[in-house]
Amino acid sequence: MLSIKNLHASIEGTPILKGINLEIKPGEVHAIMGPNGSGKSTLASVLAGREEYEVTEGEVTFNGKDLLDLNPEDRAREGVFLAFQYPVEIPGVSTTNFLRTAVNQVREYRGQEQLDAVKFLSLMKEKMKLVEIDQKLMSRALNEGFSGGEKKRNEIFQMAMLEPTLSILDETDSGLDIDALRIVSNGVNQLKSPDNATIVVTHYQRLLDYIVPDFVHVLYKGRIVKSGSKELALDLEEKGYDWIKEDVDGASV
Amino acid sequence: MTTLTKNKITESFLEAAHLTKAENLVALQQKGIDFLKNEGLPAQKAEEYKFTHLSKKLEANISNFGAASKASLNAEQVKAELIADLDAHLLVFNNGQLDLELSSFSEDNYTLKSFADLSAEEAQKIGTIAKVEKDPFAALNTTSFEQGTYIHIAKGKVVEKPFQVLYFNQANGGQVISPRIYIDAEANTEATFIEKIISLDEAAYFLNSVTEVKVSDNSHLHYYKIQNESTSAIEVNNFVTDIHRDATFSAFTLSLQGDMIRNNLSLNLLDSGCEGNMYGLYLLDGNSHVDNHTNVDHTMPHADSNELYKGILGDKSRGVFNGKIFVRQDAQKTNAFQQNNNILLSDDAIINTKPQLEIWADDVKCSHGCTTGQLDDEALFYLQARGIGKEEARGLLLYAFAGEILDHIKIEAFKEYCISLVQERLGNL
Repeated sequence: MLSIKNLHASIEGTPILKGINLEIKPGEVHAIMGPNGSGKSTLASVLAGREEYEVTEGEVTFNGKDLLDLNPEDRAREGVFLAFQYPVEIPGVSTTNFLRTAVNQVREYRGQEQLDAVKFLSLMKEKMKLVEIDQKLMSRALNEGFSGGEKKRNEIFQMAMLEPTLSILDETDSGLDIDALRIVSNGVNQLKSPDNATIVVTHYQRLLDYIVPDFVHVLYKGRIVKSGSKELALDLEEKGYDWIKEDVDGASV
Repeated sequence: MTTLTKNKITESFLEAAHLTKAENLVALQQKGIDFLKNEGLPAQKAEEYKFTHLSKKLEANISNFGAASKASLNAEQVKAELIADLDAHLLVFNNGQLDLELSSFSEDNYTLKSFADLSAEEAQKIGTIAKVEKDPFAALNTTSFEQGTYIHIAKGKVVEKPFQVLYFNQANGGQVISPRIYIDAEANTEATFIEKIISLDEAAYFLNSVTEVKVSDNSHLHYYKIQNESTSAIEVNNFVTDIHRDATFSAFTLSLQGDMIRNNLSLNLLDSGCEGNMYGLYLLDGNSHVDNHTNVDHTMPHADSNELYKGILGDKSRGVFNGKIFVRQDAQKTNAFQQNNNILLSDDAIINTKPQLEIWADDVKCSHGCTTGQLDDEALFYLQARGIGKEEARGLLLYAFAGEILDHIKIEAFKEYCISLVQERLGNL
């Protein structure tokens, strides 16, 4: 589904990603962990098409298409979804209006018929249950004045509405208390299917108790320096990142 | 003594000053002439006009200083400009003069007359709200209005349908058009005015209007204005209201196009319990220049004012916002709020924004703020990342910014009309 080969990316001339290789197949959950500043969020942003990052080398194919060649909206329409680390507050645009525009633009691209107001609302009601999101938030301006937990739930709710094939959760767990974490994870798990894949970018192992990964990758200094099964996450929780840093830094000396 | 005048353009105007047909008003006109002789139109460095160099603009574009001639205007042209689905009293102004043939109104609950037909008592009122000494362009209008229009709403009357006021303006070799309106709303009245300014051709004219409004005790007036003129249009309008006890006045100004437009909007809150609201939206492209100078004068306790102006500026357009709030010593328990927010879409667009608060009372709530920024890239990316095309996303964000002002329009048909104008403009910005 997703194939990343030797991906290099920089921001304002500073290289951040220095040769990422990653293969993701349908139905898989990949966790990407690593210390702060290792490039985790950059990877998520580059995949979603954030303009500030310049890809300097390498390729990314998504379902056979050159992902890097697509603008952000077309990536979303192709089925890539980024749950933002910091969801943006947009005054004056109601969540409902925003989502209806998004869903219908995505549907148009995929050759599906547009949803009228009635069908859209019933779809919304169904998906809202997944993340136990309050109806009242829907008529308010997008994310404006939402609590941290509400914003993250709203991200997963949008994911449910857009039905992506590849979801990238960028530190969706950061700042969540245990109840909110359960709700968010539960939503993600219910959306999992043999046809879609998830990349979970996180700093903390705790999330992976709820969203169980098939693979865990450790990102450090812009490269994946270690990959393993979910046990790797437990090792990291116990021992921290220092042993990995030492391995890598020692080897490169 | 024309030698006293400050600049050439003032002399040209003074030479062309002509006395009105309303004899009752000759003395007032003379006051205007005297003021102009002494003060002149604003020089380049005049503080109140320092970003809007009207004298220079007029010198370069205006050459026909005499009385504006009547344009040949037909019912079809008027019909084309009517706001859809708006049931209204239609007042058509042809180069500044009320055109009775093209207007269509029934004087239910109000009367309307030319200044020439005013009683001595009524004539006394003209120029008492928009005083010649307050602004040189108000003085200039006073020297050259022909037939002003006086609208009287008798005590306790509610004018159910809004007034639709269409100003048709023709260049006619760079002419000067000087409409003059006095709205006299007695106690316990209600009325709504919707004004639209229309250019009949693409060349320059100078529209210099004065509107005086008396909002008496417990009356409620709404005044909406759309400025969507030719790219050569030069306009100054002085709009001054006296707002009395428990009365409400709301102004809404949508500015979309003009070469140079200056709006002087003044609200005098003269008694307790009254409220003044000012909402403005300017969406400019090309070389349009729009200057909103507003002035709120709180003189008595327990009065409120709210002001929100927003602008989106593209290309080489320029916006000016200057909002003055005076809170006089007696005006305790005043609530006065002012906000001006701007988005600049191009490197060449300019906004000059300046709040001016003078507060002499000690128990008041006043706030002001202004912001100027660009379209939020992070918000744009967020919408794109959800599958919304870039152009659509941009439109959504700009409309969300502008929409807050449109929400203050209370007449549904007019709101729809403004929404369509705004969306069209935002699509091209």
